[in-house]
Amino acid sequence: MSFRIIVLAKQVPDTRNVGKDAMKADGTVNRAALPAIFNPEDLNALELALRIKDQRKDCEVIVLTMGPFRAAEIVREAMYRGADRGYLITDRKFAGSDTLATSYAISLAVKKLEPYNLVISGRQAIDGDTAQVGPQTAEKLNIPQVTYAEEIPEVTDTHIVIKRRLELGIETVKAPMPLAITVHSSAPDCRQRVAKLLMKYKHARTVTELQNETKDYTELYNQRPYLQIDEWTVDDLHADVEMLGLSGSPTKVKKIENVVFAHKDSKVMTSSDEDINNLMKDLIESHVIG
Amino acid sequence: MNNIFVYCEITEDKVIADVSLELLSKGRKLASELNVKLEAVVIGTDLKDVEAQIFPYGVDVVHVADDKNLFPYTTLPHSAIVLEIFKHEKPEIAIFGATSIGRDLAPRIASALRCGLTADCTSLEFGDHFENKTQTEYKNLLYQIRPAFGGNIIATIINPETRPQMATVREGVMKKEILDAKYKGKVKKVNTAAILKDEHFVVQIIERHMEASKINIKNSQVIIAGGYGVGSKENFKLLYDLADVLGAQVGASRAAVDAGYSEHERQIGQTGVTVRPKLYIACGISGAVQHRAGMDQSAQIISINTDLNAPINHIADFTIIGSITDVIPKMIKYYKANSK
Ligand SMILES: Cc1cc2nc3c(=O)[nH]c(=O)nc-3n(C[C@H](O)[C@H](O)[C@H](O)COP(=O)(O)OP(=O)(O)OC[C@H]3O[C@@H](n4cnc5c(N)ncnc54)[C@H](O)[C@@H]3O)c2cc1C
Ligand SMILES: Cc1cc2nc3c(=O)[nH]c(=O)nc-3n(C[C@H](O)[C@H](O)[C@H](O)COP(=O)(O)OP(=O)(O)OC[C@H]3O[C@@H](n4cnc5c(N)ncnc54)[C@H](O)[C@@H]3O)c2cc1C
Repeated sequence: MSFRIIVLAKQVPDTRNVGKDAMKADGTVNRAALPAIFNPEDLNALELALRIKDQRKDCEVIVLTMGPFRAAEIVREAMYRGADRGYLITDRKFAGSDTLATSYAISLAVKKLEPYNLVISGRQAIDGDTAQVGPQTAEKLNIPQVTYAEEIPEVTDTHIVIKRRLELGIETVKAPMPLAITVHSSAPDCRQRVAKLLMKYKHARTVTELQNETKDYTELYNQRPYLQIDEWTVDDLHADVEMLGLSGSPTKVKKIENVVFAHKDSKVMTSSDEDINNLMKDLIESHVIG
Repeated sequence: MNNIFVYCEITEDKVIADVSLELLSKGRKLASELNVKLEAVVIGTDLKDVEAQIFPYGVDVVHVADDKNLFPYTTLPHSAIVLEIFKHEKPEIAIFGATSIGRDLAPRIASALRCGLTADCTSLEFGDHFENKTQTEYKNLLYQIRPAFGGNIIATIINPETRPQMATVREGVMKKEILDAKYKGKVKKVNTAAILKDEHFVVQIIERHMEASKINIKNSQVIIAGGYGVGSKENFKLLYDLADVLGAQVGASRAAVDAGYSEHERQIGQTGVTVRPKLYIACGISGAVQHRAGMDQSAQIISINTDLNAPINHIADFTIIGSITDVIPKMIKYYKANSK
């Protein structure tokens, strides 16, 4: 029996350094202007999984990502860094899923990979920003959860010890498996790509990607079947479509506003003694201070 | 219509957390608008007289689950108890703090009840909704307003069909307000023995290092916040000097915290605390959207910056163009000169 770890990873637009062109005039997000990246805390999650794999020969790390066809990049990126394989959950019927519908779909995919020991996700994705998918997936799988992990000091066949980063400190817990873990950004950074693995997996493709290739990969794939990245659709997951997408999502986005600068009339002054003297006088007189 | 529920957290000092008192204050207003009751859920160990801490906020009913092993918080026992209460009481609205605990617990509950949950709300209000597809009119839905996309957009989320309408709210976003010091509600004891099973305790805490939060900037009327532009930990001392004479607290941007100029507890913004003081003095802070999310409700803003074009200046009432090392000592000097 192998020790199986499933890592959940999401492809996200890089919302951290958003430029002027990132928002369309109507207030919606111009995804084309933002690079698609591996969600940062999911890289921390992958690293914690790979550290267990470093210690255990029987450990297998499988990455699951749900998203459009191009999210297959996440599976490849994870394999370049040490994951054994991965699956892309993709179907137009998933579009518009809130966290409840997302975790329903992800939990069905996880169940297809039973028996597993750990489901490790990031704490939070930098686009939806909810931090809800990890705990909700755990609930759907009916397994316990340990959130905000930053270190895994001990793993045995039967239990795992996890250090959690909380607002006010550190808590260490001991938990049985199977278990869901969400990983905090204070966990170690993910290792870089391994050159050997990059060579090994650079031709890994999903069926959809292969269809768009001009080169014929048939021969290569016969020799190296591990290059095939499987896509799982609603049918493969035997999902109830009513529980997916918009119909399976109790939350509705009623309105979206771009955060624009509410320009105030700012009084600009210099650092001269006179200006600052006047400002402090003003503030005292208007009882803002003093 | 059914009632509004607030999950109350217990701090390391064994009192109700500030964030929960803030949510009770907000919950009271929402309950009065709908003409329903405000109910609280408190789960912990040795909770004698806990109700006295929360009744003044206008709580009509408090559900108290008092048992050994319920403090410190762990996920499964708390979610089993909350679920049992919710299944029975069928809340209209349920609010949790967007804290380490609330963000661990609320999603688990929402998933089990298959209802919608909105994360990190910055505002909650009532509004109507017309669903074109089904031609259905909804009255008094909870508009749950939250930043997403790294703080670059603000979304209004509704849950038309499922109940409770669930939301988490960050500390400092709502105002803590006592309704009536003599307000009295009812205490309902939860029969924990009937709910809890061994399997709820499989995750065991083996070690904890917690600090009771000593630094508390969010109740301060005046905040002097420093950014990366302050330049060093030594220069940050200037901010403390100004804070001392003004009776203010010192806050920081994330870049300043990351650079080691200041403690994480002082971070203001989307991933820090939200503040709304009478006066906010931003020193060497550029005004990234994630920072503004935590301070743009301040009554007055002064920006001290070497760059006239820093985005923070657009939301400032006064902008002083200059270096903090030059400006702050002058502010101290002229404050002292002008105040008696
Ligand atoms: C403006 C806006 C606001 C929204 N607000 C809400 C809301 O308040 N409530 C709500 O229920 N939904 C909301 N949604 C929908 C939500 O963003 C999506 O359901 C999203 O697919 C998952 O949520 P998240 O990005 O917040 O992920 P998180 O819950 O923050 O993700 C946590 C972790 O789960 C894993 N994970 C998440 N998604 C995937 C995936 N697709 N594939 C693999 N692993 C994954 C990753 O490890 C990730 O680090 C909102 C969407 C938008 C556009
Ligand atoms: C998901 C996410 C969450 C985030 N959460 C937060 C958060 O909660 N809080 C937060 O603050 N940030 C947050 N950030 C980071 C944020 O995007 C910015 O990087 C950060 O706020 C910048 O800090 P700063 O203004 O101090 O530094 P900078 O942007 O480097 O600005 C420094 C400023 O100082 C000025 N300056 C330089 N020298 C002087 C001088 N001698 N005197 C006066 N002025 C001078 C410069 O002109 C400049 O305007 C978050 C980012 C992300 C992606």
